[in-house]
Amino acid sequence: MTAIERFDNLGEARDSRIVSATHPIIEKKSKRTAERFLLGLALPLLLGIGWELAVRAGWAEGRLMPPPSRIFLTLYSLAVTGELWIHIGATLARVGAGFALGVIAGTLVGALAGASRLSREILDPSLQGLRSVPSIAWVPLFILWLGIFEESKIALIAVGCFFPIYLGVLAAIQSVDRKTVEVGRVFRLTTPQLVRRILLPAILPAYVVALRQGLGLGWMFVVAAEFMGASEGLGYLLIDGQQLGKPDQIIAAIVTFAILGKITDGLIASSSAPFLTWQDAYAPKH
Amino acid sequence: MLYVESADKTYPNGTRALAGLNLEVEEGEIVAVVGGSGCGKSTFLRLAAGLDQPTRGRIRLDGETITRPNPLVGIIFQEPRLLPWLTVEQNVGFGLADRPRAERERLVREVLERVGLQNYAHCWPRELSGGQAQRVAIARALAPHPKVLLLDEPFSALDAFTRASLHEHLLSLWHAFRPTLVLVTHDVEEASVLADRVLVMQPNPGRIAATIDVDLARPRDRYGTEIEAMKRRVLWALDKSLRRESGEALSPAAAI
Repeated sequence: MTAIERFDNLGEARDSRIVSATHPIIEKKSKRTAERFLLGLALPLLLGIGWELAVRAGWAEGRLMPPPSRIFLTLYSLAVTGELWIHIGATLARVGAGFALGVIAGTLVGALAGASRLSREILDPSLQGLRSVPSIAWVPLFILWLGIFEESKIALIAVGCFFPIYLGVLAAIQSVDRKTVEVGRVFRLTTPQLVRRILLPAILPAYVVALRQGLGLGWMFVVAAEFMGASEGLGYLLIDGQQLGKPDQIIAAIVTFAILGKITDGLIASSSAPFLTWQDAYAPKH
Repeated sequence: MLYVESADKTYPNGTRALAGLNLEVEEGEIVAVVGGSGCGKSTFLRLAAGLDQPTRGRIRLDGETITRPNPLVGIIFQEPRLLPWLTVEQNVGFGLADRPRAERERLVREVLERVGLQNYAHCWPRELSGGQAQRVAIARALAPHPKVLLLDEPFSALDAFTRASLHEHLLSLWHAFRPTLVLVTHDVEEASVLADRVLVMQPNPGRIAATIDVDLARPRDRYGTEIEAMKRRVLWALDKSLRRESGEALSPAAAI
């Protein structure tokens, strides 16, 4: 063994810990997840308890900003009567349908614009123009075209989801490294193979981000959609709470939005995580 | 045998990167190509890899004209170009997708052992050092057992120690598989230590300025006097080719 080889192997001996120490790392990770969950919970919990105490001690008056106990009671009674589930179901169905349509259209159009320059030069300017229209501006038109029931609401949500997904897919395709694609050419991949083995995995991280942004906008637009006249849905609970002067009901609906938004976002993040373990992500330790 | 028959390459912007290149490379020979920037050495490699087409002339491998990437020709780039979403093992097996599973696994294991990375089979590329990543790239190119391996300045981004160790790895692979190696480099020592023959190229238009045979027995001592003398010969030829070029560039002005 020459001096150079020894030098080289020294580095390997140091790095081989990566291979052998997998299990402790996994255990540590799940502990870290629990810790992170509790840390994230600390701030809202602290604020809630503080407000509760302030109202009980009489330092603040809880009429317009009811204390957590009243909000929970409201949520509880809505849940017991079954009303809450109907509203959640209606809102979830709208977001789900709108998001699905937005994802399908955004992905297809984004892929088309990313794949061919001609179609990009035809499509992109118009879509960028449409994108700068505030999506709420479509509401009157959608109501005229589609009526005041579900169709117009779903269309509005789909439009909201479409743009971030379209942009995300297009940008992701355009930023695929030419050098990586060349590796595919060297190994004589056919076009479908190139798409499956190089392009799809290369754009997946950006695509997941685009999906999460799209879903975030979907939740935003479902409220706008339900404001324009709905008899059920969390947006309806908001309007109803305002008209009948029930701030606890408004906040209960807001809290439900927050929980549902976090859960659905977490579903996308966690279902894509197994495919993205390869990422060389920046992760601060403290 | 790899034949280059009066290969010409003119890019759409008018640059004549190669002008009538003629070259024969024996089976199992190691040829190093050195030259200043723009001398067409990378263009030549891209033509031989089938990634680009010559404007005129042709490149043949055992009678077959190369017009597109060929399974018998592997290429290693300056960067490892590993696919970050595949493990080391999957990267090495990337070009073997059409082989039966058992054969693929055997070829991958065999070549990973040769580059000393068998313990890294399940690592992600991000967990590797620069030298290790380039060794994986070499393994990936060699796994399908190509007859010709083209190397485009593959060690230029590495430090001197890692580079020297990769030279050893490359030579041991060459002893095992005996592929023809065409190595583009700007490192005169690398060319002298590895090659049977050094081609010095010069730009405007790209062509061969000098051919130097390296008749030194292997293993070679990179710090020995023979390599020193060889380095000086190659440097001298390089120097001459560059001076000739600037002389040519001056002559039109002199004519005015």
